[in-house]
Amino acid sequence: MKHYVNKNTMTWTLFAAVVFALIEGLILADILDSYYQVTLITICINIILALSLNLIIGYSGQFSLGHAGFMAIGAYCAALTLAKLPNLMGLLLGILIGIVISGIIALIIAIPTLRLRGDYLAIATLGFSEVIRIAILNMDVTGGAAGLSNIPKITTFPVIYIFILITLIVIVNFARSSHGRACASVREDEIASESMGVNTTKYKTLAFVIGAALASVGGALYAAYFYVINPGTFGFQKSIDILVIVVFGGMGSLTGSIVAAIILGFITLALQSFAELRMILYAVAIIVIMIYRPSGLFGNKELNITKLFKKKERKEAK
Amino acid sequence: MTLFLQQLVNGLSLGSIFALVALGYTMVYGIIKLINFAHGDIYMVGAYIGYMAITSLKVGLFPAIIIAMITCAVLGVVIEKIAYKPLRNASRITSLITAIGVSLLLEYVMMYFMGAGVRTFPDVMDKTKIEFAGLSITSAQLLILGTTLLLMLLLQFIVKKTKIGKAMRAVSVDADAARLMGINVDRTISYTFAIGSALAGAAGVLVGVYYNTISPLMGVTPGLKAFIAAVFGGIGVIPGAMFGGLFIGVAETMVGVYWSSLIKDAVVYIILILILLIKPSGILGKNVKEKV
Amino acid sequence: MALLSIKNLTKNFGGLCANSNISMEIDDGELVGLIGPNGAGKTTLFNMLTGVYEPSEGTIDFVRDGKEVRLNGKKPYVVTALGLARTFQNIRLFQNLSVIDNVKIAMNKDVKCGVVASILRFPMFFKEEERIEKEALELLDILHLADKKDELACNLPYGEQRRLEIARALATRPKLLFLDEPAAGMNPQETAELTQLIRRIKDEFHISVLLIEHDMSLVMNLCERIYVLDYGKCIASGTPAEIQTNKRVIEAYLGEEV
Repeated sequence: MKHYVNKNTMTWTLFAAVVFALIEGLILADILDSYYQVTLITICINIILALSLNLIIGYSGQFSLGHAGFMAIGAYCAALTLAKLPNLMGLLLGILIGIVISGIIALIIAIPTLRLRGDYLAIATLGFSEVIRIAILNMDVTGGAAGLSNIPKITTFPVIYIFILITLIVIVNFARSSHGRACASVREDEIASESMGVNTTKYKTLAFVIGAALASVGGALYAAYFYVINPGTFGFQKSIDILVIVVFGGMGSLTGSIVAAIILGFITLALQSFAELRMILYAVAIIVIMIYRPSGLFGNKELNITKLFKKKERKEAK
Repeated sequence: MTLFLQQLVNGLSLGSIFALVALGYTMVYGIIKLINFAHGDIYMVGAYIGYMAITSLKVGLFPAIIIAMITCAVLGVVIEKIAYKPLRNASRITSLITAIGVSLLLEYVMMYFMGAGVRTFPDVMDKTKIEFAGLSITSAQLLILGTTLLLMLLLQFIVKKTKIGKAMRAVSVDADAARLMGINVDRTISYTFAIGSALAGAAGVLVGVYYNTISPLMGVTPGLKAFIAAVFGGIGVIPGAMFGGLFIGVAETMVGVYWSSLIKDAVVYIILILILLIKPSGILGKNVKEKV
Repeated sequence: MALLSIKNLTKNFGGLCANSNISMEIDDGELVGLIGPNGAGKTTLFNMLTGVYEPSEGTIDFVRDGKEVRLNGKKPYVVTALGLARTFQNIRLFQNLSVIDNVKIAMNKDVKCGVVASILRFPMFFKEEERIEKEALELLDILHLADKKDELACNLPYGEQRRLEIARALATRPKLLFLDEPAAGMNPQETAELTQLIRRIKDEFHISVLLIEHDMSLVMNLCERIYVLDYGKCIASGTPAEIQTNKRVIEAYLGEEV
């Protein structure tokens, strides 16, 4: 039992519950009206996408520029399932189908591309996500360029919050296991890692597949909120948006990704009518961060709530 | 057969554009191992400079090409000095993300000042068609093929015969050794960016003449395809980029005609995946293994 | 049957022949030295034995559980799983990971708890983590690194980094350990300690050791047999005393007599 119920897990559970109660309270009290709720849900979806990309980039050191492709798979799977079964069960089923399909496709992609290093891998994943997009564009079932519309709105804040927690638990538990350590060793030094008995190809593939599956969850939740999806939504630009969040927050820092997704969500809201200016700011920020603080906001460190509380306690004791 | 030859001409015209852009990718990668993601956008800037030179300065086509080449060369050097030079010793991923940032910056600054919409490139040459043995070649195609050939010969001359070309080859083999031999590495890198960017600038103007339209995001897809062309030919290898560009142009055109125009855009990625599977170092590239 | 037998091993890099026609044998529990001037091809041989390079010609056979296994063309992680481990001449630790994680990673190959069971935190996960933690600490203890277990590998002083490399290699539970210049950059006192350590490891873990080293006092002191490489060829082999008086070895190191 001590492994499951201890101070650390209790603090996190409490923290998660408080955050949930706070936001849900604001929604119920209509302080967060439907206009702000769109931003809220967008931030939540971006958190899931950024966390999943961070698993690939930050933990395993594999550079993927094709995250939008997996998001698209999840979105289309959910939309098509919801057309037959327009309720929460339909969404869950759609998410499950999306996870399986994107996982399989990620596996197919991983075999040729993960032999490549760094920048080559980036281009290859980018190419693959374009192939996925073009394939969706050319299929009948996906509605071609027009996409799918009238998707029932199933995603609500509680639903998406639960999925953020699931994503976090999956990634944290994976990272803090022998499999996660193996992935980190691949990031640190691939040759040494292989010489220490780590099957590097297997672990690169594993991180890539888990990341892709989680990205498809983000896509599914997206489809079940915004009524309409089309191939244009999931282009290269989307992959870059997610990458920017990960880079801002710090590659390897999950809390960093969450904080960055929230901050960038607000910036996007504030600069809504100046889309070009926002992109110019993003671009300058990327360049400046890479030159002066390539580790991002948090580096590879995590914001530790247990410690935060402890500090307070100590201060109060004084 | 005539259809085939006709499409071959069309493919080579398109491929020439890819080849000119691919050269910049391959030269920069060869010398500092950076995928200069912003290279496709320099090609876009070239197109806009050409557009402005023709509409505002009222110059002819060839002066416009020269102006675009010079401006892009300067832009390329400035970008290298500001964004890439501080990252010379950083990881490749860091440099690549920076390059993506530069790419976004060029796109959206252009959009901010020139608008997001598509602009029509002015008609600078009469669209005459030359009929030859059943083939029809437009004057724009001739212009593209001719200019590309000229620029490639010029590039070969610079790389093989001049001092700076020798320095470029030396730095790409071993920058540290080159520095010890008294080569100014920073200046050599600047020249490489200048030459690569000038070629992209020329390609931008040519594509404006060929397709008549330009837009701030016009560089993204051709940039990517040109990069794939460079990988296909063997990145870091100059003749490889020329060959890769022409090959991709022809392949794309042929598939568009003989198979399906919808698949056309996917062809280049399939080529990428195949080459990475079969020979990741590219058709003309050499295999390099990491030293342990 | 020798633990490791190499026959006519050759490695060409393009036109350059880094190793040519090398044959050697290592028996169970033996401590064998591999010496030779810089560029003689020692590390290339290591890289072939551990699967980093594929031999151009020749065979490498390793005895595992009484059966002979051909190592040619096997990937490094397979070779390691069979019971050969190595350290690196130019230290290649996982710099940004903690000392204990460096060791734990080398135990990865024996992990039974699958990915799903790890993510869902089945009880077996905790049981296994406890076992790994305990074994890793034992190893660190033997190499006097236990009190540094939570430091990042990159923050360790040089000598300790070398020791961590050995700890990490031992964590893979090898039958045969390859040490690539373990004493490089150490002072005489550290070298003396290392000599003791290598002996202790060999006896305590019941393993064979193949050692590349430039420090002659270490090699002559420690090794039961020595192979000498020069220009990619094996020019001599024998006991330390034989090697010290071998004319060809002296020529290789000091040049020919005029």
